[in-house]
Amino acid sequence: MENQKPIVINGNRFNFTEGDTILDVARQNNIEIPTLCHLKGTTPTGTCRVCVVEIAGQEDLVTSCDTKAVEGMIVQTESSRVVASRKQTIKNMLSMGNHNCAVRAPHEESWTQYQLKVHAEDKSPELCPAWGDCRLQDLAYHYQVSGSDYSNVETLYPMEMANPFIIRDFSRCILCGRCVKACNEIQVNNAIEFGYDGDKKKIVAGDDKLLKDSDCVFCGECVQACPVGALVPKDARFDRPWETEKVRSTCSYCGVGCQIDFHVKDNQIVKITGAEDTAPNYGSLCVKGRFGFQFVHAKDRLTTPLIKENGEFREASWDEALDLTAKRLSEIKDAHGADSIGVFTSARVSNEDNYAAMKFTRAVLKTNNIDHCARL
Amino acid sequence: MTNTIGDIGDADVIMVVGSNTTENHPVLSTVVKRAVKYKNAKLLVVDPRQIKLTKFADLWLRPNLGSDVAWINGLMHVIIAENLHDKAFIEKRTNDFEGLKSMVEKFTPDYVEKITGIAAQQIIDAARLYANAGASAILYCMGITQHTTGTDNVKSLANLSMLCGNLGIPGGGVNPLRGQNNVQGACDMGGLPNVYTGYQPVTDAAVRKKMEDAWGITGLPEKNGLTVTKMVPMAHDGDIKAFYIIGENPLVSDPDLNHAEKSFANLDFLVVQDIFVTETGKMADVILPATCFAEKDGTFTNTERRVQRIRKAVDAPGDAWDDWKITSEIAKRMGYPMAYKNAQEIFEEIREVTPSYAGVTYERIERQGLHWPCPSQEHPGTPILHTRQFTRGKGVFHAIDYIAPAETVDDEYPLYLTTGRVLYHYHTGTMTRRTDGLNERAPESFVEISAKDAEKFGVEDGSPINVASRRGQITVRATISEQAVSGTVFIPFHFAEAAANRLTNAALDPVSNIPEFKVCAIKLSSAA
Ligand code: SF4
Ligand code: SF4
Ligand code: SF4
Ligand code: FES
Repeated sequence: MENQKPIVINGNRFNFTEGDTILDVARQNNIEIPTLCHLKGTTPTGTCRVCVVEIAGQEDLVTSCDTKAVEGMIVQTESSRVVASRKQTIKNMLSMGNHNCAVRAPHEESWTQYQLKVHAEDKSPELCPAWGDCRLQDLAYHYQVSGSDYSNVETLYPMEMANPFIIRDFSRCILCGRCVKACNEIQVNNAIEFGYDGDKKKIVAGDDKLLKDSDCVFCGECVQACPVGALVPKDARFDRPWETEKVRSTCSYCGVGCQIDFHVKDNQIVKITGAEDTAPNYGSLCVKGRFGFQFVHAKDRLTTPLIKENGEFREASWDEALDLTAKRLSEIKDAHGADSIGVFTSARVSNEDNYAAMKFTRAVLKTNNIDHCARL
Repeated sequence: MTNTIGDIGDADVIMVVGSNTTENHPVLSTVVKRAVKYKNAKLLVVDPRQIKLTKFADLWLRPNLGSDVAWINGLMHVIIAENLHDKAFIEKRTNDFEGLKSMVEKFTPDYVEKITGIAAQQIIDAARLYANAGASAILYCMGITQHTTGTDNVKSLANLSMLCGNLGIPGGGVNPLRGQNNVQGACDMGGLPNVYTGYQPVTDAAVRKKMEDAWGITGLPEKNGLTVTKMVPMAHDGDIKAFYIIGENPLVSDPDLNHAEKSFANLDFLVVQDIFVTETGKMADVILPATCFAEKDGTFTNTERRVQRIRKAVDAPGDAWDDWKITSEIAKRMGYPMAYKNAQEIFEEIREVTPSYAGVTYERIERQGLHWPCPSQEHPGTPILHTRQFTRGKGVFHAIDYIAPAETVDDEYPLYLTTGRVLYHYHTGTMTRRTDGLNERAPESFVEISAKDAEKFGVEDGSPINVASRRGQITVRATISEQAVSGTVFIPFHFAEAAANRLTNAALDPVSNIPEFKVCAIKLSSAA
């Protein structure tokens, strides 16, 4: 194609389209460049510097997520300078905050002290909630980095648990800004921003309010975007990915039909996340779809047929309840005609369920008195 | 929807009518907000409440309740008067333009201002904004349909869209946002009194013959059946003797609840199939326990006509069964064998009898859903409807006059009430009110009232208030809010213990039989 131009990455020539970043070109050609702060579908900020690459003839390494490809550029994605820079970046991140997973230099003496401090702050003896599902941990393993010098890490901002859905753990925040992008550029809820400067830098909601008192609508987009254990769903805080099975499905609330992944552990739904690879929602959900699943396991779910006798319900077997239903419907049909019966099918149940109800009404009851409450 | 959700992002102008999108269709609202904030789309919001989207809007029209036909005709008046309509599209693709033209003639901006309360200049601005764009998408929801003139409102929006050639193009269209997850599917599956699957009419002998052959029976009923809103009063009068209710809770969602309760009490037999004992279930003779969406395989069809899979993730509690299985077992006991191995087998039968679903298979939608119509396995699905022609050949303009809402305020009932949803709850609350966190965010019902009305009627923020209409009374807490417009209060309908539908009006739109939920006259008094 005419608007395509060549660039050289790790010794191979690739064509690119005007406007592509170095990261775009690399990804299109299956070259892995690690990223942390970059969030798909949003403008890159170049904050974390994990994605740095070396460009021939340029003294400074550049961040590939926000540097446009230029014709003739010669790029190295894993040169020794690049790797050294990434290692230092990762080390710095690991060395601030409560990253109490094993990647963090367990050989040092103050390790025990440090663990106890984190446990106290977490109010839990578990390792970090993101253990096993953490971008930073992955990178630390990949580049064989461990943190150091954690004797003087003080937790500046206490953990925020004051809302029903999201735990904000500022001690584990690496200030990558993905949550800010998710909130402002994907959901456009504009609830959170970077606040304060220098060492005091923090993600703030409004003028540093609690989330529950801010413009936050608890869509959880930020939780899904957070690469570490700084934003965690309250109900699934320590559910580890290897303990859960993922099942793809469709949200059952509104007509948008967002695609979801159930995370299932011991026959219980512990978490729902948005499916990122498919329309219509590409990972986004709202508060109902993401957090509104408790009803599935509610104690008062119906578990057995019920028959009313003398004004009270009693439990019944399926056979008894179905026989009674069939008998009464047949009697009424015979006595008063098919059109004396009405069926309400449902905008909540599946197409297959609706079809069965429709067929039953028309083919068995022999009436067209079927409708649902969609009008309502 | 004529277009897709993603397609809204390509619109130059988005007009949102009677839809509190950020609360009722939150993820879809992100597409709208992104288009406005990052793609320079213009947003036109028409809503009596100051909903959140108005913050993103270039223009916000605030019509009096029930005056939709008037402002839409007003827009069309201006568009035609200023020669902004799409003459080529009208010529080639539509009929009856002249009728529309003479109807909207009297709807001058000044005349419309008198009916709607929208300033004449805003009518002109809105018309220019809508008509001057390349592609303008219309999104609408219950705020437009839940009126005695709901069908007129919907047709009027179609008129407007055709007038500017916005149908059948990317970023355009007329897009109803379905409130409940599978409204589209329930309609597609023939869960309506007048059609089989895929909107095949029950009054068409050839269609009936086809269904009889497919089902191996004879004697399918020839007359249209009754809508819910007709059946309930008939139960009251004793002409309907039994209801079989699947997954619905009409005793919270129905209009004029007090009347509906009497109807249900009058039945000879009521069987309710659900996942909880609902308000409706309490009145049943038999309750049958069903599985919920997380416990079964099947499909839902979303508001953009996309057929998508649901999958069993956990086992059902106790002895709950899939809805289709329960229905099949009743059928069997009434002498007709309906034996399906699984949901997929039912879906295969749906494909066989439904041309618009014929090309959709579980295999094809394994990773991503398909938009119907999809007539064959080779067909890619239809994201945008009417690209070349309308279903019935040419689009027809409907000349529609303005009719005042069924109930108006008077000295005794001086305020209008409108009902709707809030972000944290869903429909009758059966599901969301069993999630602690959602209850914590939105624990109880409320009446939203403007500061001006609050002062006028002596209402204090947070105080309990009796709200009464000609049909009933409820007690709710007052919330003084900027969202409310003076003269109109808002109450969400999720809360059974203070059901807004004790107040609402059961007067029906003559065609769609949708009740007038959105307009009724009420009075307030202190309950303290
Ligand atoms: S939950 Fe949603 S609205 Fe709240 S901060 Fe996160 S992204 Fe923003
Ligand atoms: S909370 Fe998470 S996503 Fe947000 S800045 Fe911190 S680490 Fe990044
Ligand atoms: S997640 Fe929210 S927006 Fe998406 S389908 Fe569910 S209720 Fe609708
Ligand atoms: S991913 Fe490029 S700077 Fe963070």
